Amino acid sequence: MAARTPPGVRVLDADDISRIVSRIAHEILEHAQGAHDVIVLGIQTRGVPLAQRIASRMTQIEGVPVPVGSLDITMYRDDLRLRGARPLHATEVPSEGVDGRLVVLVDDVLFSGRTVRAALDAINDIGRPRAVQLAVLVDRGHRELPLRADYVGKNIPTSRDQAVRVRIHELDGVDEVVVEG
Amino acid sequence: MNKHLLSAADLTRDDAVAILDTAVELARVSDRTVKKLPTLRGRTVVNLFFEDSTRTRISFEAAAKRLSADVITFSAKGSSVSKGESLKDTALTLEAMGADAIVVRHGASGAPHRLAHSGWIDGVVVNAGDGTHEHPTQALLDAYTLRHHLSSDEGALDGRHVVIVGDVLHSRVARSNVLLLHTLGARVTLVAPPTLMPVGVESWPCGISYDLDAALPGADAVMMLRVQAERMNAAYFPSANEYSRRYGLDVRRSDLLADGGIVMHPGPMNRGMEITAEVADGPRSVIVEQVTNGVHVRMAVLYRLLGAADVIGEAS
Repeated sequence: MAARTPPGVRVLDADDISRIVSRIAHEILEHAQGAHDVIVLGIQTRGVPLAQRIASRMTQIEGVPVPVGSLDITMYRDDLRLRGARPLHATEVPSEGVDGRLVVLVDDVLFSGRTVRAALDAINDIGRPRAVQLAVLVDRGHRELPLRADYVGKNIPTSRDQAVRVRIHELDGVDEVVVEG
Repeated sequence: MNKHLLSAADLTRDDAVAILDTAVELARVSDRTVKKLPTLRGRTVVNLFFEDSTRTRISFEAAAKRLSADVITFSAKGSSVSKGESLKDTALTLEAMGADAIVVRHGASGAPHRLAHSGWIDGVVVNAGDGTHEHPTQALLDAYTLRHHLSSDEGALDGRHVVIVGDVLHSRVARSNVLLLHTLGARVTLVAPPTLMPVGVESWPCGISYDLDAALPGADAVMMLRVQAERMNAAYFPSANEYSRRYGLDVRRSDLLADGGIVMHPGPMNRGMEITAEVADGPRSVIVEQVTNGVHVRMAVLYRLLGAADVIGEAS
């Protein structure tokens, strides 16, 4: 992606994010033909509230509870040597487990793909899902691994040195996505 | 955080809380079918044990293996050390083998410090017990256990009262615990016969008592130290019976603790000596749990030290 979004632009606001959550919830249900074996796992940290919103939207639509959990991939990262030890966050897998289920991973931004690679390794140690899909709020390009998202909120063209700042109400007090730098 | 873990005093309150928080998350890995994380793949952890210690050695070994490190265990018995090799030559050998972390247990106080600061090696050094000096990972696992029972795995131990009883003079566990628990905001009282209190203990950040019955009421935890058999002949106390009567923990004494107060022991125990079997196996006892927690805390220490070491390396 050669294009570049001008810095300081708020590319998504709270209404946009709410519509995206709703659309992705519908898309997942359409693909999976219902919610009977779906579990939604948010990648720490900002993927977690997004996953909770998507799952509760799916629950609303289908009328059956959709299990939701969180995944911390810190111990699976490939950059310990570069960035050092970081604090860990909770991994909470719903009691149903992941075996034989459709796991939908949720993250805020898809960039190099290394986080998703780590998440796939982490899931592999937890169990054996029927399939794994990926939903992201923003895809900003610049993949370093052969990965793609199944559900994308918005494609945002960026240059590699820009930062995409996602703020989620549960953690940051406001829902927005801003391109910086 | 310091490059090495040589003393409980190396840890700031933030460091200690961060290690305990990391350990809480790592503990959940033991509930999975795959109990391994790939984090330290390709790193080498050497367990260098100049003194026998089955439980500490196994605990460090399990911790390193669960993080996928390669583990080399080196016991002084049957090694070149028994042929008279010096600490320096052993260290140079380990350095030549590419050890990223060296976990050292040594009979001489200060040996880990020498290893860390002599320039012999690049790796990080973890003190797994040196002489009568310190045993910081034991203090961390004790703090973890205390925090789990007294503060629901959160924050520090502010305002908690911990009584440590027994051979304080020869105990590295007591010294490390006093330092760390003080850092975490707990109040510590040491109880021992006057002959088993170290010189200069007045300057430690803790209270001192010679009367167990007076120290226990309302305390949140009591930590019993092992009476080492080799000390019994050295006239530190008149007889084993006398010691048990004055400083041993029985049911009557353990009931003086606050509601929910816990009984700890770093092991190995002398049942009937410093603690009765009834208390050791009783509802307040968390002694077996301490062993389990040791693995999680040591995983957290290895992760944080080896993670930090690299960043320092990259920056320089």
